[in-house]
Amino acid sequence: MANATHLSDHDASAALAERIREANAEGTPLRIVGGDTRFFYGREVEGSELSTREHCGISFYDPVELVVSVRSGTPLGELEAALAEHGQMLPFEPPRYGAASTVGGMVATGLSGPRRPWAGSVRDFVLGARVINHEGNEQRFGGEVMKNVAGYDLSRLMVGAQGTLGLITEVSFKVLPKPGATHSLHLELSLDEARQRLAEWGREPLPISAAAWLDGALHLRLEGGPSSVAATRARIGGDDLDNDFWAALRDQRLPFFRAGPLDETKSPLWRLSLPHRTPALELPNADERLMIHDWAGAQRWLRADLDAEALRHACQAVGGHATCYGPRPAEVEPFTPLPEVLMKYHRNLKAQLDPKGLFNPGRLYAAF
Amino acid sequence: MNILYDERLDGPAPKLDRATIRDSLTQAIPDMTLLSREEDMRPFECDGLSVYRTLPMLVALPDTLDQVQRLLVECHRLGVPVVTRGAGTGLSAGALPLEHGVLLVMSRFARILEIDPEARIARVEPGVRNLAISEAASPYGLYYAPDPSSQIACSIGGNVAENAGGVHCLKYGLTVHNVIKVEILTIEGERMTLGSDALDAPGFDLLALFNGSEGMLGVVTEITVKLLPKPEVAKVLMASFDDVEKAGNAVGAIIEAGIIPGGLEMMDKLAIIAAEDFIGAGYPVDAEAILLCELDGVEADVDDDCETVRAVLEKAGATGIQQARDDAERAKFWAGRKNAFPAVGRMSPDYYCMDGTIPRRELARVLKGISDLSERYGLRVANVFHAGDGNMHPLILFDANREGELAVAEALGGEILELCVRVGGTITGEHGVGREKINQMCAQFRPDELATFRAAKAAFDPNDLLNPGKNIPTPARCSEFRTIKSASADTAPGTLQG
Ligand SMILES: Cc1cc2nc3c(=O)[nH]c(=O)nc-3n(C[C@H](O)[C@H](O)[C@H](O)COP(=O)(O)OP(=O)(O)OC[C@H]3O[C@@H](n4cnc5c(N)ncnc54)[C@H](O)[C@@H]3O)c2cc1C
Ligand SMILES: Cc1cc2nc3c(=O)[nH]c(=O)nc-3n(C[C@H](O)[C@H](O)[C@H](O)COP(=O)(O)OP(=O)(O)OC[C@H]3O[C@@H](n4cnc5c(N)ncnc54)[C@H](O)[C@@H]3O)c2cc1C
Repeated sequence: MANATHLSDHDASAALAERIREANAEGTPLRIVGGDTRFFYGREVEGSELSTREHCGISFYDPVELVVSVRSGTPLGELEAALAEHGQMLPFEPPRYGAASTVGGMVATGLSGPRRPWAGSVRDFVLGARVINHEGNEQRFGGEVMKNVAGYDLSRLMVGAQGTLGLITEVSFKVLPKPGATHSLHLELSLDEARQRLAEWGREPLPISAAAWLDGALHLRLEGGPSSVAATRARIGGDDLDNDFWAALRDQRLPFFRAGPLDETKSPLWRLSLPHRTPALELPNADERLMIHDWAGAQRWLRADLDAEALRHACQAVGGHATCYGPRPAEVEPFTPLPEVLMKYHRNLKAQLDPKGLFNPGRLYAAF
Repeated sequence: MNILYDERLDGPAPKLDRATIRDSLTQAIPDMTLLSREEDMRPFECDGLSVYRTLPMLVALPDTLDQVQRLLVECHRLGVPVVTRGAGTGLSAGALPLEHGVLLVMSRFARILEIDPEARIARVEPGVRNLAISEAASPYGLYYAPDPSSQIACSIGGNVAENAGGVHCLKYGLTVHNVIKVEILTIEGERMTLGSDALDAPGFDLLALFNGSEGMLGVVTEITVKLLPKPEVAKVLMASFDDVEKAGNAVGAIIEAGIIPGGLEMMDKLAIIAAEDFIGAGYPVDAEAILLCELDGVEADVDDDCETVRAVLEKAGATGIQQARDDAERAKFWAGRKNAFPAVGRMSPDYYCMDGTIPRRELARVLKGISDLSERYGLRVANVFHAGDGNMHPLILFDANREGELAVAEALGGEILELCVRVGGTITGEHGVGREKINQMCAQFRPDELATFRAAKAAFDPNDLLNPGKNIPTPARCSEFRTIKSASADTAPGTLQG
């Protein structure tokens, strides 16, 4: 078992629980903050700031067990470095931006990088979580084992809930060995040709682990055993591409993203999540050729001044949704509004798990 | 402590009159099959854990979603509990009927609605058998990865409710990792879609919450699953060991070598002998344990990995290593494992299959603990398990016709599960809590954690009408459990006959 010999290692859960008990007694809402690098991702929260940064460190890591447990204030970079020492990784490639990004923020926002369609998302690698509830009790759901169906899966429910259901203090992840070989390719193909080729390849057991179309070319990553990567590379052809491309895409450092989500001089940045094989959408004011089609087309980035409702309607018509990253016009909600019945059960769940509305009220939707 | 519904411990059950409810339902849904005669309902009195039986008040066999919806609306209005049943292969009495409830059988919803090879998805009704999905996808070179050993019989709706796993799950994930969308009906009869055809959906991840929720939050009426391309090749190695501990350590060594097998299964001596006797799989009957390690993927990589695994197994002290020569032999190796439960069942009038997960590094210690417990309780235990996931299935052999032996088996099973919790594991890896492990939930969770589970349930079913009494114990049950535990702490286990 590898022990945590890292920069920071501090259990602040008692202090966090105390703050929450006080907030509960007073009925004051809390704005949970990790690195606060993601404050733009969602609606603004009015609340007294509660930082997780002091609560950090890897509390358990057993590379043979493929399990790591991490306190929520731990910088994401620190976790990734510890895994890399043992040739392991978080397979979902969470986006990084600043050194301040925390593991808690990563789980609460639930965003995954280029490997997502092949490897799975953040929640797919969560095995368990410790969460402080509205009464200030630290509770444990799931665990540190690969399979567990005792009780409801509340740990995975926390992923993407943006801290509205409780304060995540610790998360256990399933980790995987880094692939034996990696090679990236650049193929000059039109969007249509790229979609066609991806559909064909997708039905074969090829070692593809990332596929993004932008600037008139399909960018492809092969990962797996050295033999199959070499064979696939020979078969597919194209030019070699620097593997660093994927980190730049993952962390939004490509020129396309350069203007930050808060740069008011630019149009809003939209993220479209669509079913595989969705053809180019008919969008006035937006040209699909100027977009990034990541996740083999299932995640599209677009920067344009669009009518939010029309865009969302177009996405929903094909079974997807659209998120506005900003700069966000006042009347635009960041997340796609939910159907009425679904909203009812969201409200019920929030009312049950956080009856006084202490945790990040209004972060996801105005209603809770 | 009895696991059957006990009003004193599980809360008052509604006092309902069968004839009145039957008449109301017949009137509201005249075109639905409704069984109420004892002889018609007998086949539904238990699931795969057949030692626990309860005759339901009524059995509903709807054919259409509209009927299911009207049934739920009506039961909600009348305050009648509803227990949903898939194929009834569950091993934790999750679909055990309630004497005062309606059993909603979803088996007639058995259509594959769509296979889309381009999008690599299948859209199916909940009663579709797990294996039928892979069979339907096969012509396109695709398959559905989670493969519970019961896959020829169990329903995909039941798989979602139990978050079922199987041999492939170490590499390809559990049901929750392979389902992208479900349609559900709430107890109030509202329709809801959870998840989406895209890779995520806005709002809370209710899809994750519903996987493994044991029919307590809603009725699953349609499921969209991911299909994967069939691996180019799959090869299997069988290693024999003269010591269980060495086999356990070999499991860790394979993972440590950076290899994630498509399947990594272990069987102990008793299970080997039983399977060999039943199937003739070619197992070495003199071994203390065998490991089956399947490697799948692209041929060149698989060949490389087979060599690596072979070297790891040799170093770990395997006394024999055999690679299946062809697909027929590979199928034979697996047939022994897949039929291990019934095979062990042939050695004894009854068997009781447990399901706990432990950290892999505790394997040797837990096996030793189980063997000690087996001796103390005087019942044989065979071990078959998903070694790669640390998911164990100790099979307790007993004879229900012998006075008190079921109670001994139950007590032994309970102790095995509590042992799993003590080493950092869980009381159920894939079979669910159901009614079977309702008491052990009190060992794994604190009262305030159980209260949070109850709160989550209340968000969807405030009147506790869906599968009441399952999965989450009441405070009264847990306080009784704790009292009994502390009282029996210094009593010899053989006296636990109550
Ligand atoms: C399009 C895109 C743009 C991005 N842009 C940026 C960027 O501009 N800057 C940047 O730094 N990163 C960015 N990221 C990635 C971001 O770094 C990661 O998501 C990161 O891990 C967030 O961590 P944090 O600690 O900064 O979160 P925070 O911003 O502190 O928190 C994010 C959310 O999670 C909640 N939360 C945080 N910790 C917990 C906890 N322990 N329990 C419960 N809820 C919690 C917060 O209340 C908040 O709702 C971007 C990613 C993408 C995909
Ligand atoms: C020999 C044998 C081997 C097995 N091996 C495995 C294995 O390897 N892995 C594994 O995971 N399991 C295994 N099982 C257990 C069992 O097959 C699984 O739990 C399976 O998922 C149950 O499916 P079912 O359709 O039979 O469900 P049932 O037994 O009918 O029901 C199980 C639970 O699901 C609920 N439910 C069923 N359908 C719905 C629905 N449509 N909506 C909402 N709730 C519903 C029920 O209320 C109940 O709580 C095995 C069982 C046997 C008998």
